This record gives sequence, structure tokens and C-alpha cells, in this order.
Amino acid sequence: MASTTPVDAPPPPSPPTQPLDAKSGSTGRAGDKIFLGLSRGSGILLLVIMASIAAFLAYRASVAISQDEGNFLTTFDWNPAGNPPVFGIAVLLFGTIVSSLIAMVIAVPVAVGIALFISHYAPRRLAAPIAYVVDLLAAVPSIIYGIWGALFLVPYLEGLNLWLDEFFGWTYLFEKTEIGVARSLFTVGILLAIMILPIVTSVSREVFLQVPKINEEAALALGATRWEVIRMAVLPFGRSGVISASMLGLGRALGETMAVATVLSPSFVISLHLLNPGGGTFAQNIAAKFDEANELGRDALIASGLVLFILTLLVNGAARLIIARRKEYSGANA
Amino acid sequence: MAKRIDISGLTAYYGSHKAIEDISMTVEPRSVTAFIGPSGCGKSTFLRTLNRMHEVTPGGRVEGKVLLDDENLYGAQVDPVAVRRTVGMVFQRPNPFPTMSIFDNVAAGLRLNGSFKKSQLPDIVEKSLRGANLWNEVKDRLHKPGSGLSGGQQQRLCIARAIAVEPQVLLMDEPCSALDPISTLAIEDLIGQLKERFTIVIVTHNMQQAARVSDRTAFFNLSAVGQPGRLIEIDETERIFANPSVQATEDYISGRFG
Repeated sequence: MASTTPVDAPPPPSPPTQPLDAKSGSTGRAGDKIFLGLSRGSGILLLVIMASIAAFLAYRASVAISQDEGNFLTTFDWNPAGNPPVFGIAVLLFGTIVSSLIAMVIAVPVAVGIALFISHYAPRRLAAPIAYVVDLLAAVPSIIYGIWGALFLVPYLEGLNLWLDEFFGWTYLFEKTEIGVARSLFTVGILLAIMILPIVTSVSREVFLQVPKINEEAALALGATRWEVIRMAVLPFGRSGVISASMLGLGRALGETMAVATVLSPSFVISLHLLNPGGGTFAQNIAAKFDEANELGRDALIASGLVLFILTLLVNGAARLIIARRKEYSGANA
Repeated sequence: MAKRIDISGLTAYYGSHKAIEDISMTVEPRSVTAFIGPSGCGKSTFLRTLNRMHEVTPGGRVEGKVLLDDENLYGAQVDPVAVRRTVGMVFQRPNPFPTMSIFDNVAAGLRLNGSFKKSQLPDIVEKSLRGANLWNEVKDRLHKPGSGLSGGQQQRLCIARAIAVEPQVLLMDEPCSALDPISTLAIEDLIGQLKERFTIVIVTHNMQQAARVSDRTAFFNLSAVGQPGRLIEIDETERIFANPSVQATEDYISGRFG
């Protein structure tokens, strides 16, 4: 902080026992070097790991795709052990995106609501326990969610499904054309929504708590009600944080394996009748087939994993673009 | 567009701590009243009771009366939100909404009220920015973010935002303490113009500023740390600075304490 020293101040007395030669403070410098090495090494290691995963996936995937007699992108079938081997990811891509979208549509508004309640509405005595319970939801293993989904959610959702079919069947999405229990993409979406709720909530809550007090007071002093303060000062400030939180949740929803595999009754059909049983996701399909697959089968599953990897990268890239586009309004430069 | 404020027996608390005690005074319309006093004497707290911002702080509560012309701001039927639409406020640190453009910042209060035609909005925004002596500097970048302006410009933007809703009273809580001398001068000139339209109350740590901008000055003090702040005296600014009637005021103004 040399700049704060007045020009005419006397020079600070130098400590007599510390000569200014190169060796003094050498322990500090060794520490610096070690830390620099460690942090740089970790950074490089991360890149190496990412690159080797990508290379591994790409290599095994290329082996599989070259032997695929069907079209890898458009085939509605998964039979790498057949003669000729035929498999494609169309159904998996559709099921993964649709179930994750359902999860997002349900979870994000609820999570933002809970986060706002904890950060701006609840009295402090109530806010901390609620925040704790929400965080606790994240600690439940996904297989437990899967079992709960299969034993509780599936039977109890049948009533909701009938109701949706009756009153919203005209939307096509909620028309149930097949008989069967609710082992559908819709049920999976609801389950995934519950599973991603804690992460979206806690990240959003942290962002909302960081809204500068002076911005909220500015809105209050203009005569804003509590909700108007949230609309004028809190939500715009937290927007990019909520997007990041949603992307974290989406990442989990896209890759969720055990819960989906336990609830869904898989089939290789694409249907926008969300209530019909059937469909599949990348992770669920890999989990279900990996053990019994032959070598080509495993490579084929790895190829589908590569597509999931790319999908996740695309989603993250899109989120960054959305955040960057409004960067000058982000509040970071306030 | 300017009302008289009559305060009687006003006491404010933070939880169980009494911050200011038994303050009574009259603030004249179309004039500038300055609050001065040492740190912790409760002048900012008192200012915030005048638009019911004090009770926003957890534990904050108020006893006593604040009459705006003849209406008690602390009456049982009075909505604090409505009070704040009538009594505007400018804060110590410039606080434009970082996520809004310059135009939207000025329009923010109007959009809350909703009592205007959409086609009038650009005119009101221009008038408010002219009123805050900011129009010429920002007219070519109305749709750029307000946070890109300098500190002094941001503070004038906040003043434009506050006067856009045509309040009866404008409260200013040390509006220049985060600004350089040139920006401070710009705000002080502006206060001189605004007092023709509004009742202005300004808290300041800078006694020269109080002497320059205000018509009347109120001196606050506290007997000891932890004790509530009290109003010592309020009078014409010239009298307060030349010939105050209380010794403590003279001691403070001549720099003997505080």
C-alpha cells in the first residue's frame, strides 16, 4: 500500500536484523514456489483428465459407430449383439432431454420460491431450519430416491395421471394412450425435479442473500412493496446466479442414473404422450445394459455416453452465453 | 409539491436500544433543513423515521408523531409504502439499480406507481434528468447501464429517480460523503435549485456544507456513548453558525469536539 504513504513522511525504519540480500525471506519464497507448483499442477492435471476422458470416449465410440449397421443418430433400437448390429441414440437423446426439461420446469420455479422465502420472507428462526432441511434433501442417495419413486410415486401418480388425461388430454402431451402403471418420463421428470431441488435452491438462496442492501433500500425508498423490491432489485441481481444454479441442477438431471433406472420401464419408442410408460435415458440405458453387453455392446454404450458428455457441454456453453450477454448489467460492476 | 413536516415527541429504537429520544421540530416547506452532529447522535436514524425507513431495519420501531401537513405518517391507517412514495430519499452511497439502464432507473418509481400514460414516460424521464442537472451528460446513452456513470453522476441519477415521482419531501442522507469536491459542488448547486420545488432535509457531516446549502440547521448530540441522541437546537443556519443559543452547539461548530 505504498500509494497511501504521504510523500513527505519519513522513511520507515528498517528492521536492523533483516538484511535486504537475496537470501532473506527465502523460506517464504520456497513456499511461494511450492504453492505455485501445486496450483499449476492441479490446473494442468484437470485438463489432462478431461482430455483423456474425451479421448477415451471418442476412441471407443468411433470403434462402435463404425460397426453400427443402423444410423447411430436416428435408429429407434438398441441391439449391438444382433447380426447385423443395429443401435441408435434417438430414443435416449429424446428421453434424456424430455425428462430433464420436465424436471427443470417443475424444480426451478419452486426452488426460486423457496430460496426467496428463506432469504427474504421467513423470520430468521424459521429460515435456518428450512435451509437445513432443503440441504438435507441433497444428502439422500439417488437409489433411495429411486426406490421411493418406484414404491410411492409411481402408484400415487396414477390418480394425477388420470386427472391430467381427462382435463388436459387435449394438449396431446398429457393424453395417455397406453394402459400401464406410471413408469413414464413424466414420473421420472417429477422425481428428478425433487432431486435437483436442493442444489438449485441453495445456490439461488446464496445469490439472493448477496443482493446489496443499498439496492433493496433504493427500491423500498421509492415506495416498493416487498414483492416489488424482489422484482426490482433481487431477481434481476440474482438472474445469472439462478441460471448457473439451474445448469448445475440440469447437469445432475441429465446424468442421473439409478433413480431413473429404478422408476422407468424402458422401451425404445419416442412419444410425446408424456404419461405413457416407456422411453429411456442415456445413463439409465448404460446402467441397465452394461453388465450383459459384449465388447461391441460396451463400446456402443460408451458412444452414447459421449453424446451425453457433448450434450452437457452444450448446455453449459449455452448458459454461459446467456449470462455473458447481459454482463454489463450483471451488478458485478456496481 | 412541498409540505411542512411537524415532528412531536419522536423516539426511535433498535430492539431495546433507544437511538433517539423525544425529538420535536418543524421542517419548513420549500427550504433546506440540515441535520448536523457527531457520529452516533442519531441524525440518520431520525431522517429515516421521516419516510418510515427506520422500521425496515430488524428491531426498528418508532414512537411519536410525524405530521406531513396534517396527516400523521404513523397513523394506524397509513401504509408505509404510500409514505415512501410521498417522501423520497437519496442515500449516502449512490445506489442506482445495477441491472437497469439510466432510463429505467429514472422510470423505476413511476412504474411502481403506475399512474401515468406510457407515452408520457420519456418526457417525465427527461424532465427529471434535467431537474437533476444530468440530462446533457446522459442524453445520448439513456439505454446504457446506470452503473457505468461516475460516482457523482450516479448520485444525480438517484436524485432524478427520487424526484421523478414528484414527492412532497426529499430526504438526503449524507449525499456527498462518497463524492469528490467537484461532484459535491454539483450536488450542492442542485439542492439550491430543488428547494424551490421540494421540502429538503439533508444529513451532513460537513459543517461547511450545512452552512452553504441550508436555510435552517438542527444540531443533534448525545450525552454519552450508548445514550440516545437528542435534538439540542434548531434555528436559522446563520444564527446556528454565528451565535448559537446553546454552548454545546458552539463547541461542536468551532471544532472543540466531534
